Amino acid sequence: MASILDAGDISRALKRISHEIIERNHGLSNVTLLGIPTRGAYLSDRIALNLSEIEGSVPHGTLDVTLHRDDLRLRPPRPLLPTSIPPEGIEGRDIVLIDDVLFSGRTIRAALDALGEIGRPRTVQLAVLVDRGHRELPIRADFVGKNIPTSSLETIRVRLTEVDGHDEVVIESQETD
Amino acid sequence: MRHLLSINDISTDQAHEILTTARELDRVSDGQIKKLPTLRGRTIVNLFFEDSTRTRISFESAAKRLSADVINFSARGSSVSKGESLKDTAQTLQAMGADGVIIRHNASGAAQRLADSGWISASVINAGDGTHEHPTQALLDSYTIAEKFGRENYDLSGLTVGIVGDILHSRVARSNVLLLQKLGAEVVLIAPPTLIPVGAESWGAKISYSLDDTLGLLDVVMTLRVQQERMSNYFFPSLQEYSRGYGLDELRLNNMKSGAVIMHPGPMNRGVEISSAAADSSQSLVLRQVTNGVFVRMAVLYHLLGGSQTTQQPEIGVSL
Repeated sequence: MASILDAGDISRALKRISHEIIERNHGLSNVTLLGIPTRGAYLSDRIALNLSEIEGSVPHGTLDVTLHRDDLRLRPPRPLLPTSIPPEGIEGRDIVLIDDVLFSGRTIRAALDALGEIGRPRTVQLAVLVDRGHRELPIRADFVGKNIPTSSLETIRVRLTEVDGHDEVVIESQETD
Repeated sequence: MRHLLSINDISTDQAHEILTTARELDRVSDGQIKKLPTLRGRTIVNLFFEDSTRTRISFESAAKRLSADVINFSARGSSVSKGESLKDTAQTLQAMGADGVIIRHNASGAAQRLADSGWISASVINAGDGTHEHPTQALLDSYTIAEKFGRENYDLSGLTVGIVGDILHSRVARSNVLLLQKLGAEVVLIAPPTLIPVGAESWGAKISYSLDDTLGLLDVVMTLRVQQERMSNYFFPSLQEYSRGYGLDELRLNNMKSGAVIMHPGPMNRGVEISSAAADSSQSLVLRQVTNGVFVRMAVLYHLLGGSQTTQQPEIGVSL
């Protein structure tokens, strides 16, 4: 188990991503953040806070993609997590999806399907704290905290104060027993 | 969880999970998403040997919102009226590839029989079997109570629920007693002695023969339909007399505890167990129960059919 990002690194990465979101969208007037629960939702809250300190507040909410996943049948049913779409809706907005780790890309595909059910955003962008590679779908992130090349046997764990008590990203090799 | 046959099959945690899922589905549907792809390609059969409007429509609507294919089967107009047995009907459904079977039957234990028999590999959901149980009705009732009283965590402790009327013939009452007590509510059964089943003392609920004596204590007044179709004998002198003692009329409506609510599983006999004044009053949650029923049934379908299952192959030709 090796630590890859500490609390300071995570905070700096989120600051940079916040600046990049403003730069890419020429301001924030049309931007809406949607975090994917559990940890993506907390990252979205933090980025929203950064944005409000830098430029101004943005609508932000959460989007649970469980019911749109294509791997539902492969695992036991999992509990649903909260979805809250800001009152402005997503129609014609520039949506920034936020998640902790980008891996196969299947979560993001499910998120794009879920968005399609709600409305038609002008653009959809993707911000992730860690991109670990091994994509199974043609999906890429617009804003990346850190690229971490991994072996498929390794696991990336993102720990956030809101859920785990402290901020850290670690890499674990799969235990063989 | 593979089947939902009785409230006894689910733990308190599982009940919380289903109700929480229902709330998320409620929120999602309430917003913009009307249809979810979760059960696409799955076939769900509504196997109804007894008449029903709201339960069948509710399950059908729940399954369709999750993109499942729904086949409606009612005994009338089917081969059942030609004498086909439950076993043959079940095996036909199995051969057609049903993933879920929602069964309503006039015999208590029919759902259990279907699930345990090895005739089918589908998940079985009990939508009311005889006078035994109706678990999804209890789940939607608890969901509605929790919603009304703002119990976000589905802990109903401190609330007193009175179930009034034909307890003897009511599967809704049985399932509700089990679930409400699991969630911490206190339950009072209120009926004339002839309509209280033998052994009801062991259910853990209080029993009262007088609605007027208990009305002031109740946070929820759940009135039950007088099930005349199941009454082969006389259990009370006349409907008028029953109504005078146990009907929720205008006077009793005004004597209810402030903040108390009225529920009814439907269909209502207006003027017998509930007056129109009560049914259409602002305290009535009857229509909310119908709306919530769809979300709760979606949650049940998701928990039974949404994930992977250890599918057990039916043993065809097993002898009885």
